[in-house]
Amino acid sequence: MPSTTINPTRMELTRLKGRLKTAQRGHKLLKDKRDELMKQFMDVVRENRALRRRVEEGLMRAHGAFTVAAALMSPEMLEQSLLYPKQSVELDMTFENVMSVDVPRYQFHTSSQEPGEIYPYGFAQTSGELDDAVDAMAQVFQDMLKLAEVEKTSQLLAEEIEKTRRRVNALEYVKIPEMQQNIKYITMKLDENERANTIRLMKVKDLILKEAIQERQEANARAVETFGGEAPGTI
Amino acid sequence: MYKIAVMGDMDSVLGFKALGLEVCPVSTPEEGREALHRMAKENYAILYMTEQLAAQMGPEIARYKDALTPAIILVPGKEGSLGIGMANIKTAVERAVGADIL
Repeated sequence: MPSTTINPTRMELTRLKGRLKTAQRGHKLLKDKRDELMKQFMDVVRENRALRRRVEEGLMRAHGAFTVAAALMSPEMLEQSLLYPKQSVELDMTFENVMSVDVPRYQFHTSSQEPGEIYPYGFAQTSGELDDAVDAMAQVFQDMLKLAEVEKTSQLLAEEIEKTRRRVNALEYVKIPEMQQNIKYITMKLDENERANTIRLMKVKDLILKEAIQERQEANARAVETFGGEAPGTI
Repeated sequence: MYKIAVMGDMDSVLGFKALGLEVCPVSTPEEGREALHRMAKENYAILYMTEQLAAQMGPEIARYKDALTPAIILVPGKEGSLGIGMANIKTAVERAVGADIL
């Protein structure tokens, strides 16, 4: 039985059939979307894992170098050397459409292009380890930026896949069966009405016939009485 | 023009300063929360956060997970990696696929 009460009318049937067709089409499209998203997502996630591993290693190395530098220099000195960076980073963000999901693409440029320019301090009062540390940081930064892009993409894709998956399942296991059931219910109900109607007509016909026969018989009887009572066939 | 910020304890973020990134040293999760909400309102596109800090700010980070900006990216702090970043990738896969297939 259908969960909600529906009108078993021909109009409702036509409407439901149209909806079912749309739902099936939508289901197919969403399923395709889900599959394609999944494919993209798997690539992104693999890249994400590799990048993250690389960034974590690189950062640990940089942090290690910093620790050594911090041990060799006084904390005030260290802070002072790094406080005013020579270069600044500018970030541009554009969007790329991956299966109707907007994912960010970052372009960054530094204010100075020369690789030797990244040290914001004079070399006289700082230790060489600090150079190594800043160098390691600068190297890992490219990967960090890529990581940001990839990781955000994977998060956004994951969200979209989850949504699409839910929609596909809702259509496949709830909406479409429900509509099919409703259509079946209406068809059966309409057929039943049709049969009931036929039977009723037959009954009415029977009644009318019976009445007509009776009338004829009565008329016959009256005629016999009027014309003398001899039985027919005796003339 | 978008901005990049690094958030975490002083020792961990100092190095990023040399690269010209904006750093935001915080010592308590409360400070972090405040800074995070402030940055989310301004046009910060990427926010690197140490895992040590992120571990105490779960709900706030989850809130921005589905937003386009800021992208909150966890990086290991001075004390090393806690594995939260990797676990997050796993969570994303589980969320999308329904099971961890990697």
